[in-house]
Amino acid sequence: MTTVSVDESFAGRVYPPNGTTTVTADAVRAFARAVRAAHPSHHDTAAANELGFADVVAPPTFAVTLAQAAEAQFISDPAAGIDFSRVVHGEEQFTHHRPIVAGDELAAEVHVDRVRVVRGNAMVTTRTELTLADGTPVTTVTSMLVVRAPEEP
Amino acid sequence: MTVEVGTELPVARYELSRADLATYAEASGDRNPIHLDEATARAVGLPDVIAHGMLTMGLAGTVVADWAGDPSRVLSYGTKFTAPVVVSADEPAVVEVAGTVVAVDAEAGTAEVDLVVTSAGAKVLTRARAVVRLR
Repeated sequence: MTTVSVDESFAGRVYPPNGTTTVTADAVRAFARAVRAAHPSHHDTAAANELGFADVVAPPTFAVTLAQAAEAQFISDPAAGIDFSRVVHGEEQFTHHRPIVAGDELAAEVHVDRVRVVRGNAMVTTRTELTLADGTPVTTVTSMLVVRAPEEP
Repeated sequence: MTVEVGTELPVARYELSRADLATYAEASGDRNPIHLDEATARAVGLPDVIAHGMLTMGLAGTVVADWAGDPSRVLSYGTKFTAPVVVSADEPAVVEVAGTVVAVDAEAGTAEVDLVVTSAGAKVLTRARAVVRLR
């Protein structure tokens, strides 16, 4: 049986925030269009203001864009041994501590919670903690990726 | 709106074309070629181009947020991805989203919604659950 060569010793690593990313209204609108989210609070600042938000509000899964960018520090590290073309998504979980709103400056800390090889496939679980610059929790994004083993020759 | 265990969300039906996958790739920054390029998808053993799991999850999230009436009321949302949504070049894939309230916490003012998301007769998301603030 072929097996993937993911480095299991990466489990437990923590990648501290690499600066902050400002959420733009354009990014929120483009993501909302892509997931067919037509609620005015995603698109129209005045509508968002009426609901009590400073600017347009992100859809419930928008945080994945920030999490995936941060996870790349690990996923794209050649030493981790992950072949991105063989990656499929296993599980995803969002816990929102407060809504993400355009103008937020968010920091992302990535925790590699688990790396294990099961029947030749690797299952890689990361947890990305998105916070405001002052440490206020915003969203916890937990992601399990499956790195599929190559087919038998 | 009275929400109780068994309350059903309106069923939604979405069509996904290759162009929609490209739109999601740009909006999300996830440009994995298995979602964009047939040759790459087949080379790694997939039947054809597949939709981003996160696009499917995002569509179902839209159903929950629309039902909640305010997207910030979706407090948590998680799923397992069990089958791919296969998107051929010829015709769009169809994704159907149904949801049912499975728990209500009157004290906390929240409801838990179980989502059933299917494409081409297969359940593509499993244990898709969201907790929504009701007021």
